[in-house]
Amino acid sequence: MATSAAAIQVERVAVRNKAARSDSLLPAGIVTTFLSVIVLLPLAAVAARAFTGGSFWSEVFAADALASLRLSLIASLGVAVVNAVAGTLIAWVLVRDDFWGKPFLNALIDLPFALPTIVAGLTLVALYGPHSPVHINVAYTQAAVFLALLFVTLPFVVRSVQPVLMELDREMEEAAASLGAGILQTYARIIFPTILPALISGVALGFARSIGEFGSVVLISGNIPFKTEVAAVHVFGQIESGDIAGAATVSVVLLALSCAVLLALNALQRRGLRHGG
Amino acid sequence: MVAKLALRYTAFAYLAAILALPVGMIFYRSFEHGVFAAWQAVTQPDALHALWLTLLIAGIAVPMNTVFGVLCALLLVRSKMRFARILDVLVDLPFAVSPVVVGLALVLVYGRQGWFGPWLLAHDIRVIFALPGMVLATVFVSLPFVVREVVPVLRETGEDQEQAARTLGASPWQAFWRVTLPSIRWGVTYGVVLTTARALGEFGAVSVVAGHLAGVTQTLTLYVDDRFEAFDLTGAYVASVVLALLAFATLFSMNALARKEA
Amino acid sequence: MSIVLRGVSKRFDKFAALDDVSVEIPGGSLTALVGPSGGGKSTLLRVIAGLERPDSGEVEIEGVNSLDVPVQDRGVGFVFQHYAAFKHMTVWDNIAFGMSIRKRPASEIRARVDQLLKLVQLDGLGSRYPSQLSGGQRQRMALARALCIKPSVLLLDEPFGALDSNVRAELRAWLRGLHDEIHVTTVFVTHDQAEAMEIADRIVLVHRGRIEQVGTPRELYEQPANPFVMSFIGPMTAFDDAFVRPHDVDVRVEPTSSSYEAMVQRIIHLGFEVRVDLMLADGRHIWAQITRDDVEQLDLTQGQIVYVRPSREKRFAPVSRTRMLFGNTG
Repeated sequence: MATSAAAIQVERVAVRNKAARSDSLLPAGIVTTFLSVIVLLPLAAVAARAFTGGSFWSEVFAADALASLRLSLIASLGVAVVNAVAGTLIAWVLVRDDFWGKPFLNALIDLPFALPTIVAGLTLVALYGPHSPVHINVAYTQAAVFLALLFVTLPFVVRSVQPVLMELDREMEEAAASLGAGILQTYARIIFPTILPALISGVALGFARSIGEFGSVVLISGNIPFKTEVAAVHVFGQIESGDIAGAATVSVVLLALSCAVLLALNALQRRGLRHGG
Repeated sequence: MVAKLALRYTAFAYLAAILALPVGMIFYRSFEHGVFAAWQAVTQPDALHALWLTLLIAGIAVPMNTVFGVLCALLLVRSKMRFARILDVLVDLPFAVSPVVVGLALVLVYGRQGWFGPWLLAHDIRVIFALPGMVLATVFVSLPFVVREVVPVLRETGEDQEQAARTLGASPWQAFWRVTLPSIRWGVTYGVVLTTARALGEFGAVSVVAGHLAGVTQTLTLYVDDRFEAFDLTGAYVASVVLALLAFATLFSMNALARKEA
Repeated sequence: MSIVLRGVSKRFDKFAALDDVSVEIPGGSLTALVGPSGGGKSTLLRVIAGLERPDSGEVEIEGVNSLDVPVQDRGVGFVFQHYAAFKHMTVWDNIAFGMSIRKRPASEIRARVDQLLKLVQLDGLGSRYPSQLSGGQRQRMALARALCIKPSVLLLDEPFGALDSNVRAELRAWLRGLHDEIHVTTVFVTHDQAEAMEIADRIVLVHRGRIEQVGTPRELYEQPANPFVMSFIGPMTAFDDAFVRPHDVDVRVEPTSSSYEAMVQRIIHLGFEVRVDLMLADGRHIWAQITRDDVEQLDLTQGQIVYVRPSREKRFAPVSRTRMLFGNTG
């Protein structure tokens, strides 16, 4: 009895090890090559172009480049704040409320993920542009940039917070109530801290997306340098006019910003897991 | 309860203003001048070519990313190597890169003055301003979706079934094809749907790489932009409606699949 | 701090969780709400707490009509089966929560929380997070948290249901000890009748939304109001229409005037006690509980024919509601 059980164990381990060795190498090779060729190589080229020629800092601080970066940054931050509030509110309504058409509305939230950015931009032009049926015309203004970014980043906070709200232990709320907490106190001290990690995650992902946004902004903002030109549009202009060094430089700044945000988020999440909860 | 209704209608109002009404507008504007005008616009040769090109690019990019995605997911979940941690971060890179930067990056590698420029020229291969460049751009931006959808499913499935198949004599390939793949099929399906949606809708990267030659290297998204710049608003709206319908199809199939899986 | 419920009913859609329930829980007692799952005992507890509002009836806590008093203001301490710990707060902050909501001064909170940590034997663990505690520790934290606000009533909903059996036994005895020290009116829900028998002063047996019987553990055991009570509290076996405790089944090798013939099917040794499965002449199965010594004396073997009769039995007349509420004699 004991020997055959042990024999099966040994065979299992042997199979697993052999599988690990021979199976891992070929897929690892394919995956690494593919990733390198498709993603890493091109990005390396951008970095290389930005840092050769010695003009990195002068390019960054070129007035129009700086203006476009500032616009992207500020608009993205503003949008992040609005999303934090609106996104949480929408997630709350989707989880805690019930009304006719709720599944339909729930599916609609993902539309900005599925819709091409240029089409998103066009829809905003249609409703809030020169021929607006509601007489709201934000074309060629910074408000247009803001609006476009709100559209494309809408799902991030909602989809991030929604699952956490769904999993929230109702008994925690009942416990808080039994201990004397009113509705607002329960929200502030129990619910909000629980959804905070998901909220931060959604905001961060939305931010990383919106600083590099191009397609949805390009039609409605008018792309006026120093006024309504976002960083991605500026880069596009530099490519068109042959200023490759300048384009690469601003690109590196954008890359650095979004990577920093995502890495920070990654680190925060890792720490959160260790904390327990 | 007043508070509940206030929250509900605030949410409705926000979603209507930001999302529903704008999208509704393009449908309205498309058919504003009649169905016939809309039909005419959508059957323009350039429009049809743009649609065909879009589908072709997606048809190449999506399978590539699917294969990559499944292999990558296997590595991320099963590999004990430290390399897996780095891979995890790298796979998410496309989410952090602005589409225009993607285009620039490809130009810097495959363009006339790029790293491979001279070599490509010598062999008379065109990447930039041609199909290969557009495919590369599309593959880049839609890379992570299959990986991200398959990883959690794979993690839940575990290795036991596959090992059982191996002890029963299956080769690694057989075990993969007949045991592993079926067990992750929902993750793969969701991933493919998301990848396709992203591929069909790509604009910024392809815009840099394609060169806007109408009827040759213009995808449907580029066509929308082109028509808008040419003040052919109906043409732009109608093409947008096609793309929006494709987006709705994506959402619909995601929901239908979710229900089927449950 | 007595609790009185009168005519309380509660429906969930078509399902009647509570049907015209009236009961009085004396102040300072440790009362168990016992019954099979789905019988309504948790609903009853939650009605007392104010977490559910009854469709009809009255709820009086300490003589005050509490029906319209929200749960926040009822001053009840509630302990949940799955702890309902505030996962993002430390143990210390969990326990202090009720007092910090009431904006008590920091020194007062500190003194009280430290005192409670000692009481529930969690001192030194105040800065940990609930996820770092064992199940038993989490439940003790939940108890301390409920006690911190000095509730007039302590309510526990299957408090040991999620714990291992040996931890259950430990905590159950500990709860009794705590009650003896603190004397807060305590009501706890359990589906485990042995648990209720072991520590409760009084038992309320709830079944299908109604109260079957109220009394001390001994009363429910020795004077059950109906067959259901008898079968739920303690073991039971049936002869014709007589219901008998297995340890009241007399087993002899010689027939007597009122004995039944039976064949020994199985003899199961459970240590000192022995369970004997028997089949009567008409094919019905009963079982008897006798001692190891009895088995030796009778020289029992499987397949042997013996003669059994109940030394004590209960027969139930068609039961009226008043009987059910106030117990039965004989």
